[in-house]
Parts: sequence; C-alpha cells; structure tokens
Amino acid sequence: MTALGPTPFLLLAAFLFACGVLCVATKRNAVGVLMGVELVLNAANLNLVTFARFRPEFRLEGQVFAVLVIVLAAAEAAVALAIILNFYNARGSVDVDTADHLKG
Amino acid sequence: MTLELALFAILAAAVGVSAVGVVASGTIVRSAVWLLFTLIGVAFVYFLLGAAFLGAAQLIVYVGGTLVLVVFGGMLTAGGPFEALKTKRAEWAVGLLVAGGLFALLASVSLQLGGAIPTAADAPAELPGPGPLGLAFLGVPDGKRPAYLLVFEIVSVHLLVVLIGAAYLARPTKRVPPPQ
Repeated sequence: MTALGPTPFLLLAAFLFACGVLCVATKRNAVGVLMGVELVLNAANLNLVTFARFRPEFRLEGQVFAVLVIVLAAAEAAVALAIILNFYNARGSVDVDTADHLKG
Repeated sequence: MTLELALFAILAAAVGVSAVGVVASGTIVRSAVWLLFTLIGVAFVYFLLGAAFLGAAQLIVYVGGTLVLVVFGGMLTAGGPFEALKTKRAEWAVGLLVAGGLFALLASVSLQLGGAIPTAADAPAELPGPGPLGLAFLGVPDGKRPAYLLVFEIVSVHLLVVLIGAAYLARPTKRVPPPQ
C-alpha cells in the first residue's frame, strides 16, 4: 500500500457522490431516488474509511462511524420504502411528480 | 504500476461504470442491479483499504439487506413490468450541472488535501480488525481506546424501533389500482 495515497479514494468518493446527487435529482421513480441516497451514503462511508486509513489518529473512529452509517442507512431505507408503499397504495403510482397535493 | 494501484484502477473503473449505470438505467430493476455492482465494488475498495470487517459488514448488511429491501420495494410498486418513467431533457441538464459542480468542488478539495495529509509512507499499519472494533463497541475499558457502547445501544434500539414502525406503516390497507 506504499504507492497509493488518499487522493484516488477521495476522488472516487466524490464521483459516487455526484452520481448519487444526479440520481436523486433526475429519477421520477421514488425507489430510484432512494438508490441515489444510498450512493451518497456510500460515498461518505468511503471518505470516512479513507481518512481512517491514512490518518493514524482516526484509525478506529473512521470504521466505527462507517459501521453506524451502514446500520442507519438500512433503517432509513426501511422507512423510506414503507412510505413509498403507503403512497403507492393510496395513489396507485410511485411517480414523485404526482406527489403535489401540498402544492399551493 | 504496483499491484495496489492496478487493483484500485480496476475497482474504481467498475464502481464508476456501475454508478453511471444506476443513473442512466431506465427501469427500476436495472438500476437496482447496477447498484448491486456498485455496492460490491465499494466493499472490495474497503478490503483494499485494509478495513476487512467493514467490507464484510457492507456485503452482509448493505448488499444482502438494504439492497434486497430496495429491490422488493421496486418490484412491489411497479406499475407494469417494463414501465419506465422518463425525465425531461431540461431536468437532465440542470441535474448534470449541479452534479458536475459538486464533483468539481469535491475534487478540488480532495486534490488540495492530498498534499497536506502524510502519504502512505507515514501510515504504516492496517486498520484494526474485528477484535479491537468489537471491544470498542462493547465498551471494554482501556486506557487508550474510546468506548462506543452507548452509541451501539442507541443504534440497536433505533434499528428495532424503525423496523417495527416501518412494518406498521407498510401494513396492507385499501389499495387503489394503478391508473391504466
């Protein structure tokens, strides 16, 4: 691991984050938006583990934070899917463009 | 070109292509498959970074749990088997602009940080394995190791409460048929 610094991993995480944001912004299917959020969380995790690897003082904390992020992302995906299922039962479609009942 | 660099190049290419596949796929099931490859690639990057326990946790919890949940959700809410909701081109343009700007910002910060952080020559060892990580979560007192017992308990209870709440929220109710 002597030739690889933190920069390539940080760039990969930045690319994943951008893809996640693009997914959240452009997908019309609500489950697609959820997939974008998962990409963003993975990018953040990658950053955490990269800094844990290349900074001696974060050696344990980076992994601990990443494990907590994984668990909380699973919980958030469950709640998001429950909301999406409810929306589908009430309206018959998961198109986020049709969720405009609060619009003025 | 060392072995680590070659491995990282292969993994980064795979993860990048899969992430683009998630964004560019039309149907939800294809996006889910591309997301599967992305998450597996990220787990391998964790292994490359020396975080073996985290790579295993990613494969078990994220790929085997969260992604299966997402695939179930996508299949249960599909209006038709090959339905694809298309986005207008103007929205794609704005989205690409925002994502490109964010990537440029993060990449510029990462490139500046790369010089300041001591490179791999100063960070010799691998990350702690499951032993020290488990002991930290269990709160075993040690002079130099912080304890994460309270956080572990909070997260466990949180997960339980969230799953019960999600099961209640998603209970079967009167269903409106899809508009056809």
